[in-house]
Amino acid sequence: MSTFKFPPSITSRPVYGTLEPRSGKHHLMIADAEGAEALFDLVEKDPDLIAHAHIMYFPAADDTGYAEKLKAFSPSKLYVGPSYSAAVPRLRRILQDAHMGLQVYLAGTEGLMGQAMSEATNAGIPHTAIQTEHRGSVARRMQCVHCKGITENVVTDPFTCSHCGLNLFVRDHYSRRIAAFQGVCVDAEDPGNVPPKRELYS
Amino acid sequence: MSAGTNKIGVVVTDIVPLNELVTRFKFERADGGLLPTFSGGAHTVIEMKDGETTRLNPYSLMSDPADRHAYTISVRRDDAGRGGSLFLHKNVRIGDEMVISYPVNLFALDLRAHKHLMIAGGIGITPFLAQIKQLSATNGRFELHYACRNQALGSYVDDLTTAHPNNVHVYFDDDGQALDLENLLDGQPLGTHIYICGPKGMINWVRDTAERLGWPREAVHYEEFLAPQSGKPFTVKLAKSDLEFEVGEHQSLLEAIEAAGVDAPYLCRGGACGQCETDVLEADGEILHRDHWLEDDEKESGKKIMPCVSRFEGRIIVLDR
Repeated sequence: MSTFKFPPSITSRPVYGTLEPRSGKHHLMIADAEGAEALFDLVEKDPDLIAHAHIMYFPAADDTGYAEKLKAFSPSKLYVGPSYSAAVPRLRRILQDAHMGLQVYLAGTEGLMGQAMSEATNAGIPHTAIQTEHRGSVARRMQCVHCKGITENVVTDPFTCSHCGLNLFVRDHYSRRIAAFQGVCVDAEDPGNVPPKRELYS
Repeated sequence: MSAGTNKIGVVVTDIVPLNELVTRFKFERADGGLLPTFSGGAHTVIEMKDGETTRLNPYSLMSDPADRHAYTISVRRDDAGRGGSLFLHKNVRIGDEMVISYPVNLFALDLRAHKHLMIAGGIGITPFLAQIKQLSATNGRFELHYACRNQALGSYVDDLTTAHPNNVHVYFDDDGQALDLENLLDGQPLGTHIYICGPKGMINWVRDTAERLGWPREAVHYEEFLAPQSGKPFTVKLAKSDLEFEVGEHQSLLEAIEAAGVDAPYLCRGGACGQCETDVLEADGEILHRDHWLEDDEKESGKKIMPCVSRFEGRIIVLDR
């Protein structure tokens, strides 16, 4: 099962919904890994969407056929790429050429949705008008509030900053601008006194 | 206290008839000082002492928001209205002292927009005049589509087309010119926001078309001032103030509450802002909801009323005021 119900938290923490078809002439769908399942459900609700859909998909390394299944839908355009970061210039170009009325659907991990959301809002779409659906891993994209470095795919709390090496506590405090949660030093007052690592949401 | 009830004493320093229906009024501070700054789309509430009645009508400020020496408004004469615009047209003279409110903006530009697409109908042009001045000063990207009856009644058509020949598009109804809305909305770049000010039909047309084409609600802004309508007189009781009085035929409920000496909250006086929302404790009769603030279920519940524009028909209405 690729869905996970996040417990209620502070208002800063993003909440995700279920993708619903919306009216519009163009539909941009961006998903990674199990996010593909949310796109399958979306297309099932409105099969007509697919003819006007531009899909950007980033399969997991052990993809079990999601990419093939998306291809079989024959969307208007399908891009399957190795990573989101490699596709950022492509996404920016798509948004630059897009017109109002474009519907944006994001599905998959929080890191992917957050970063794509930030590009779409920079392009001028109000963030409240962008749909999201979480699927798959609960790993987080974390920013170290001390050195500002980003550590991707954080699955434990605390974790070690991949840039400055501090032991960071995983907060629900989120930045839409940089699409990352904030990590704060957990042993600042008593260096070395680090609580045992726990898997997120375990 | 209401945010919009800070008052300024002003003197009328210029009156310019623009055409058969519209006249422009200029106000400067009576004490010679500077007026508060405002942002494009703001309105002021003008106090008019018409015999025994005091009218408070909102008008969009159309002058340059950066110019603090004077405010100007343009008023369309409404011969069938309750008399506010007629009073301004007929009774106000250069040199008269008047009282106006601090500016309040319920129709501000969203400065996150990459482009501002303005759609005006008739006298709905006025807030855009101030917004365009504001955007021109900051090199903002805008496009105005302005529909009016004909050249003679098209207030500021010449000024606008001369100052902004590439950004202003005018449509004269009498010449059969009409805005091709669907085509206009279809090609707009991402980050465009729509602003509509005009008759209700136009606002609904643009909002519906934008929604169908997939525009986000957050990118569609509109302003429609409802003028309070006349109606049958009725009795109102204010529970907290322990007062009971009649609301006259040509008086709004809010005006009657004020005339009774109760300081009730308000901002737009046009059914849009929600400031004057009041709880109804009892109503022996029917509430005539005319605002576009309350949700349909709130209107049906009979527990809320917007006294600036809504009325009552029946024996008595009791308000929590």
